[in-house]
Amino acid sequence: MPNLAANLAGIRSPNPFWLASAPPTNSGYQVMKAFDAGWGGAVWKTLGVPVINTSSRYGAIHYRSNRMVGFNNIELITDRPLADNLREIEEVKKYFPNHAVIASLMVETKKEWHQIVKDVENAGADGVELNFGCPHGMCERGMGSAVGQEPSVLETITRWVKEVATVPVIVKLTPNITDITEPAAAAALGGADAISLINTIQSIVGVDLDNFAPYPIVDGQSTNGGYCGPAVKPIALNMVKNCAQHPKVGIPISGIGGIENWRDAVEHLLLGATNVQVCTAVMHYGFGIIREMISGLENYMQEKGFEKLDDFIGKALPNVKTWENLNLKYKVVAEINAEKCIGCQLCYTACEDGAHQAISLPGNGSRIPAIIEENCVGCNLCSLVCPVEECITMVRKDDGKEHETWKDYMAADKAPTQFNDDRAGGKGHWVPEPAAALKQ
Amino acid sequence: MPEFYPPTTEKDIELAFGQIKPYMNPTMAHYESSRCLFCYEAPCVKACPTGIDIPLFIRQINTGNVDGAAKTIYNSNYFGNICGKVCPTEVLCEGACVFNHQDVKPIEIGRLQSFATHHVIETEKNLFRLPPNNGKKVAIIGAGPAGISCACELRQLGFEVEVFEAKKHPTGLAIYGCAPYKVTNEDVLDEMVWLQGQFGFEVLYNHKIETAEQIKGLEASYDAIFLGIGLGETRSLDIPGQDLENCVGATEFIEQVKINPLKTRVGKKVVVIGGGNTAMDAASESARLGAEEVVLVYRRPKENMGAYGFEYELAKSAGVKGIFCAVPVAIIGNGQVEGARFIKTKTENGRVAMEKGSEFDIACDTVILATGQEKMTGFLSLIEGLEWNKDGSIKVNAETFQTTNPKYFAGGDAVNGGAEVVNAAAEGKQAARRMDAFLNKA
Repeated sequence: MPNLAANLAGIRSPNPFWLASAPPTNSGYQVMKAFDAGWGGAVWKTLGVPVINTSSRYGAIHYRSNRMVGFNNIELITDRPLADNLREIEEVKKYFPNHAVIASLMVETKKEWHQIVKDVENAGADGVELNFGCPHGMCERGMGSAVGQEPSVLETITRWVKEVATVPVIVKLTPNITDITEPAAAAALGGADAISLINTIQSIVGVDLDNFAPYPIVDGQSTNGGYCGPAVKPIALNMVKNCAQHPKVGIPISGIGGIENWRDAVEHLLLGATNVQVCTAVMHYGFGIIREMISGLENYMQEKGFEKLDDFIGKALPNVKTWENLNLKYKVVAEINAEKCIGCQLCYTACEDGAHQAISLPGNGSRIPAIIEENCVGCNLCSLVCPVEECITMVRKDDGKEHETWKDYMAADKAPTQFNDDRAGGKGHWVPEPAAALKQ
Repeated sequence: MPEFYPPTTEKDIELAFGQIKPYMNPTMAHYESSRCLFCYEAPCVKACPTGIDIPLFIRQINTGNVDGAAKTIYNSNYFGNICGKVCPTEVLCEGACVFNHQDVKPIEIGRLQSFATHHVIETEKNLFRLPPNNGKKVAIIGAGPAGISCACELRQLGFEVEVFEAKKHPTGLAIYGCAPYKVTNEDVLDEMVWLQGQFGFEVLYNHKIETAEQIKGLEASYDAIFLGIGLGETRSLDIPGQDLENCVGATEFIEQVKINPLKTRVGKKVVVIGGGNTAMDAASESARLGAEEVVLVYRRPKENMGAYGFEYELAKSAGVKGIFCAVPVAIIGNGQVEGARFIKTKTENGRVAMEKGSEFDIACDTVILATGQEKMTGFLSLIEGLEWNKDGSIKVNAETFQTTNPKYFAGGDAVNGGAEVVNAAAEGKQAARRMDAFLNKA
């Protein structure tokens, strides 16, 4: 059996699956239940001076029959007194000494930071996570993402915390910034032991068409919220990768954003995360999803021959390059498996209207489209819209012997430089005459 | 133990005739509409005789624009709700759904269609605005699907329309013929009321056109006349014993079941003769009305039945048994039916030949003949210059639905020989457009 044990900057947990600081970690009851279900760690709902929340707090994007592919909240940090939370942290640690309990923190002054770090350490927290990410409400008060967006302030507060902390310090980053590696590097500079990302993305999740107000509606009005859920995973993955590759960051990463199953988790790990944190999926399906996550991860590791997480953490990083380093001689072309094709012709209309007019219809009563190979640029679109498993595949056509990148092109003066350059990639590529569009 | 007992209350009828395509609730409609792929030049549209833009209306349902979905449907087919329920979708739109090719359940198009149309009927939504009258008047004979579709379309084109109906209720076979477990009379009449509200045409009930004088009168008062007269009574078999009590025609039997199910008495053992969809319906309905045994007898092998496979399956599921390759030679009895005598057949080169000496009797107390309907040639002969084909169907120009008397257009069963509601709806609508082109040509 592969070993799922995780170690984030010295914080150990039986597996890499933590609950992110959010409603599922609002109380000892929930965290205890989660550990009992199989979760490896939990970042407690952010502690600080307790808040007062609005009624009506969440909104969501549903895509057709799928609920909550994107999720948004305007809830603030904990609204429970600190003493209650500390007592419950202590109790959880008594029952689960080998599970990771991290205290997420958000306060204002140096004095408050020092005090609260000591308090949570006394309660038995295995680490602290500084919430510099919350993009709604708290940032209006100079906390949360307001800190995460100012690398120098972030660094200063990290230093304050490190002055007193004896447990590992994680800095949680906001994605509401142009270049995530700047605050990540500032956290490292301030002495953080790890970073976690991403926090939620500033968002308006939708608008009530009858009442002319965004969701979630609070007495006819609303405010921007923080966006999360499956839809944000691509943004999170990119930011995790950016931090993992950046030489000035160099500290472990706890990956957060759109993780709902073992695959999502493995993706985060392959791009450099040491462990992962989950919130929305639990808010949707409950703690029980951990069974699928653990079983899927174990199965994957077994199949790949990985014995421990370190065997594959960051394994995809060498394959993430800048665009200029991609091989321009690589060539794939779509292939339709006529046996599997159901004749929906979504590939045809997608290619025709949305890509390169490289698919034709037979016009003989059959509904099975054909690829016009000389027009196919290998964009993948048809294979992405195809509703049948493994029906349209992208087949490699080059012999693999040539390797030339944009960088090489530039160096060899083979790249187009004029507006009407003969070296243009699409020169001579067949496109129909504009008026042909009206003849159909 | 039989599945069904003779019904004695309205509740029993409801149970016996439980809807096989009940209305979807909004949650079902949402999940089902989510599955539609929005195919390019979708095969379901091509399979629909009225060419409803199915992917569009399903997408409209999915985006919460149910009124828009209903408009899409009614733009192509005025019998949107009825067709959603009674169309043989298995061989039309749903049979063409591309999901079938991967053994994925096809989209339940019929039920989604009824979901949208029922919504606007229930909420009495106004979807259509009529143009001012164009000064021309059309008479329609027969308030069946062809006639009513024609009326709706003509109203949209600005014609004044009056419909003459021989019976008490509109919609023809939709109310008098469609199996009660497919659509309720209430649903049929509700859609009719909604259509009349939308399009404002007059229907004169119990108003049979049957004399040359009446016809002359219509010709004098209207610019054109549409014949949506359907078919006549069950065709006689010309065998002894047909006149015995409890030997009935399927069309007449089904009409009785539809209009007065509690007063319809089937015997304990019923023999249904025929292999078309009407035979299947008559057999199913007999079984559901508590007949202990229902036997269907068809003169050719099972594969040759005119009925759709799923209709036979439906009949079997109600307890009907099939006997194939046998034709009736006599109905036996003394005043009342006591049995039917059959002779076995062989089909050679498409021709049915009787096997000498192979007669056998089936004891029964009811015989239902589902052997086709008569054509209305007697009536047609009253119209000057109007011709019909050898089989009695009205001769029309296949594109314009104009008859050999240019003042007359025709559609529905009287032209196609007997098809589905959806075919009649399509033909009535098309005929209306051609009447407009004919009457308003420059």
